[in-house]
Amino acid sequence: MMRARGLAFWLLLLPPVLWLGLLLIVPHVEIAILSFSERVGPRLYRFGFANYLAFLTEPLYWRTFARTAVMSIAVTAITLVVAFPVAFYIAKAARGVSKAVLFLLCLLPFWASELVRTLGWMILLRETGLVSALLQATGLSAGPVELLYNDGAVIVGLVYGGLLFMVVPLVNALDSLDFSLIEAGFDLGGSRIDVLRRVVIPHAMPGIVAGSIVVFMLTAGNFVTAALLGGKNGLWFTEQIYAQFIVRFNWPQGAAFGLLLLLLSSAIVWIGLKLTGQGFGETMRRS
Amino acid sequence: MGRPTRSWKLYVACFYIFLFAPLAVVAAFAFNASQYPSPPWLGFTLEWFAGNGAVFGRPGVLRDGPMLASLLASVKVAIPVAALAVALGTANAFLLERHEFPGKALLANMMLWPLVIPGVILGISILAFSSRVANGLEDLFDADLDFLRPGLPLVVAGQLSFILTIATLVISARLRRFDRALEEAARDLGAGPWRTLRTVTLPYLRPAMVGAGLVAFLMSFENFNTTLILVGSEPPLPVYMYGQMREGASPALNAVSLVLMLGTAAVATLFALVSRKAD
Repeated sequence: MMRARGLAFWLLLLPPVLWLGLLLIVPHVEIAILSFSERVGPRLYRFGFANYLAFLTEPLYWRTFARTAVMSIAVTAITLVVAFPVAFYIAKAARGVSKAVLFLLCLLPFWASELVRTLGWMILLRETGLVSALLQATGLSAGPVELLYNDGAVIVGLVYGGLLFMVVPLVNALDSLDFSLIEAGFDLGGSRIDVLRRVVIPHAMPGIVAGSIVVFMLTAGNFVTAALLGGKNGLWFTEQIYAQFIVRFNWPQGAAFGLLLLLLSSAIVWIGLKLTGQGFGETMRRS
Repeated sequence: MGRPTRSWKLYVACFYIFLFAPLAVVAAFAFNASQYPSPPWLGFTLEWFAGNGAVFGRPGVLRDGPMLASLLASVKVAIPVAALAVALGTANAFLLERHEFPGKALLANMMLWPLVIPGVILGISILAFSSRVANGLEDLFDADLDFLRPGLPLVVAGQLSFILTIATLVISARLRRFDRALEEAARDLGAGPWRTLRTVTLPYLRPAMVGAGLVAFLMSFENFNTTLILVGSEPPLPVYMYGQMREGASPALNAVSLVLMLGTAAVATLFALVSRKAD
């Protein structure tokens, strides 16, 4: 192990090269090639842009794509707003044991499978579900209310799924914020809003970026929540990819969709990092 | 701002209710003596766990053949994924922490890429590539290569593609904190490099390796997106549950979810104990 290029080195280099080569790089090259091929006959393909043209000309495709992008940004923003007061509470207001317990409680639900969490929301939001029953029992509603199968349900489910990935980086970032800075902000005549905007948020920025990137990526790539809580109205882009690949067996079209989704999520990650001048490696390790 | 106001405390309380409400209702309605997991409460029953199907026309999860088969399929995937993630993750850790070579920063960076690639895309790219290889080999050698077709071996490969990143990060982090003087001491005492590795370095890494293995097992068990694309005729539990949830609601799903949550809690507790020992 002392010599820099011993046998050990080459043996150790083999697994990552195989892993990244065979499971990551080459498969993505494969779908890139596939996405530029057009079917001209049985098992006969040629180079062309037909799949991308179909994406642009078929409203269902590009609308679903745009919808996924816009809703994912909205979900990320809502998740940030919902999580911030809780993260700030855990980092700065809670003390000792209650701090540790509150933090741990945040992590717990996310050890449960995504399917289990979605099942919970279906039971709560269904027409015959618990929320509907509560609304009727308290007289707020005269009859059963269907809260499932709409965008609201999808957003609730996606925000819920993203919370952990927002709270943890936020708590980590806010933990190092010195209380005297906040006090100094007030002493200098700042209002709560001023202090939040000019002291707390800048300090939390690394956590905000890390959390937002991960939440956006998980949301845009989500399948279960949109399909089960949105029903027929769910229309998520991952479902289009699945439909092309598995249901219609139109792999070139599905590959083009996959590449577009990858482009979208990479673009958002890149923009997020550039806007705040953070490195990819440190941000990923932080989350 | 330091002293929490009442409304802030109330908000935090509501947040935790929001966090646990879905899990609480899943658990509670597993015991409701009803055809459907919805109110009203018709009494307590264990029929959805151990029943033989005489009462509700559907057996409890412990006697539900397809459900148990999917559970077994999940275990058949999760064990090789966890074992491979630990073995290869440890090797990666040694490569990244003990060797300097051109392109190392790029390689370390590439190892993080799987975390920002949506699972569905990992799935379709591996499916497309493995099918191309299988078709090519079949044309060349006239051989049937089932493991390159959708099925559990391909699911293992697909899940490993991103779970290996997590294992590598966890094990590298511990190897970085290792005091090399301990290895030198072992060498001075006459141990060869192999024996030093086996008796000094690996025992130090063990908590991280066990922890990474448990996390890998859980991530594999709960993975849906990549698995959905690569699955063949044997659906693992999440894929099977998804199919059932599309068909309609049944407290059997609540029961299996509760079993799953308890199993996860057991593994997570084990993980917490192991990582406490590591620090």
